[in-house]
Amino acid sequence: MPAVALQGVRRSFGDVVALDGVDLSVEQGDFVALIGPSGCGKSTLLRIIAGLDAGEGQVAVDRSSIAYVFQDAHLLPWRTVADNVALPLELRGVPDRGAVARALADVELTDAADRYPAQLSGGMRMRASIARALVTEPRLLLMDEPFAALDEITRNRLDERLRALWASRGLTVLFVTHAIFEATFLAERAIVMSKRPARILYDARIELGERTSAVRGEPAFAHEAGKILAALERGSE
Amino acid sequence: MRRTILPPLLAGASGLLLWEGAVRVLKPAAYLLPPPSTIARAAVADSGTLASACLTTGTSALAGFAFSAVLGVAIAVFLSTSRWIERAFHPYAILLQTVPIVAIAPLLVLWFGVGGRAVTASAFIVSVFPVITNTLAGIRSVDPALRDLFRLYGASRGAVLFRLELPWATLSIATGLRVASGLAVIGAIVGEFVAGFSEGNPGLGIVVMTSYRQLRTDLLFGAVGCSALLGMVLFGLVSGGAHLLLRRWHIAAS
Ligand SMILES: Nc1ncnc2c1ncn2[C@@H]1O[C@H](COP(=O)(O)OP(=O)(O)O)[C@@H](O)[C@H]1O
Ligand SMILES: [Mg+2]
Repeated sequence: MPAVALQGVRRSFGDVVALDGVDLSVEQGDFVALIGPSGCGKSTLLRIIAGLDAGEGQVAVDRSSIAYVFQDAHLLPWRTVADNVALPLELRGVPDRGAVARALADVELTDAADRYPAQLSGGMRMRASIARALVTEPRLLLMDEPFAALDEITRNRLDERLRALWASRGLTVLFVTHAIFEATFLAERAIVMSKRPARILYDARIELGERTSAVRGEPAFAHEAGKILAALERGSE
Repeated sequence: MRRTILPPLLAGASGLLLWEGAVRVLKPAAYLLPPPSTIARAAVADSGTLASACLTTGTSALAGFAFSAVLGVAIAVFLSTSRWIERAFHPYAILLQTVPIVAIAPLLVLWFGVGGRAVTASAFIVSVFPVITNTLAGIRSVDPALRDLFRLYGASRGAVLFRLELPWATLSIATGLRVASGLAVIGAIVGEFVAGFSEGNPGLGIVVMTSYRQLRTDLLFGAVGCSALLGMVLFGLVSGGAHLLLRRWHIAAS
């Protein structure tokens, strides 16, 4: 059974049609990058998958074990990093300090556990946000341009971290971005969406070997990125 | 510290000196404008009356303020539960706010009788609105992404209220409470004009009224000064309390 199965999904806001007949199936354990021009309906699609928004059409998602990461960290400013990470477990009524410590270790934030969000850098805040998403050990991780506000070096480092977590955890990841190189580095499958109303223009697997940071310099990497770029350009004509 | 205290102290002292000098030179009738020295003497001579008046008024103001804090937040939480409820009740909240307290005060006497309870009710009515509006604004300003996050993890209504909305609104609630603390003293004194006891331990409003009737302008000034002092003390207490409560926020904002 696929982790996500959408058929003929449509969503409009008044006169604005954000999604019109989107079909999408994501296999368990896959890493999918969703790429498209801004305002095309990527966030809307992710919110519908998460059950935070309702559209027309068929939506089949196992939401029993799901997590969502937003573009900004969105931490509770009055809670320490550790208490922020503990929040999902608290809300579900299953507090577990061990799980919090593991999630913090996963994003290398153990030393900052007792600090407040305002005392962290943007990259650390984002890592805290990812730890909060990982703490429930979700099977499906939805990420909406999570690193878009970070500088490129920090972003690359987080991409590598995320890729390693995905490989070790057997997660299914849906990752929205408009950065082509980031998508190429991270994902196993790239989906390019058109301008609004979003249709799927391009959907292909990314044929790359192991994703060490060196892979970014290989000709195959540029080749894969080029295919995505070509699709994106076709869509914005 | 010295920089913030010294200038107003100097300004105040020179103002008093000017006042004293002007009164000695121009010699207006004592009931129109007594000099500060006379007011000070009267305040010392009647210090027992003034102190007990402060205590009476302060108790009513504090009780009214406490009701405002608890009920104001509760009402705001109720109004925030749905857009429909807010739309249905908000116009009446505003309407109530525009009715002058002196017009309602006689009603309060009918309902609560003369004395502390009617005065407390008056302090409450005058001070509750800033608590409601600030709390409501705070709850309305909650980050929508965080609401989504709570929804995603199946948070109960109680969890949303106590772990998200109220902590998020803490800064606005504190602002509302600071405004309310000053207004509670005003509400209590206005309430006493209509509903205060003149027997027993009369409040500042009563001292103002009786010294006015007896043309004891010096004592009247003393009572006015005490009212201002009382308002400042309550404001200071609430600000200090809020500061303690918000320590975590201050750390968070540092
Ligand atoms: N809650 C909303 N109300 C009205 N319009 C919305 C809402 N959410 C999204 N839209 C509109 O839908 C379109 C797609 O938005 P979004 O999914 O956020 O795009 P993307 O994430 O691809 O940048 C945009 O034109 C946006 O203005
Ligand atoms: Mg978006």
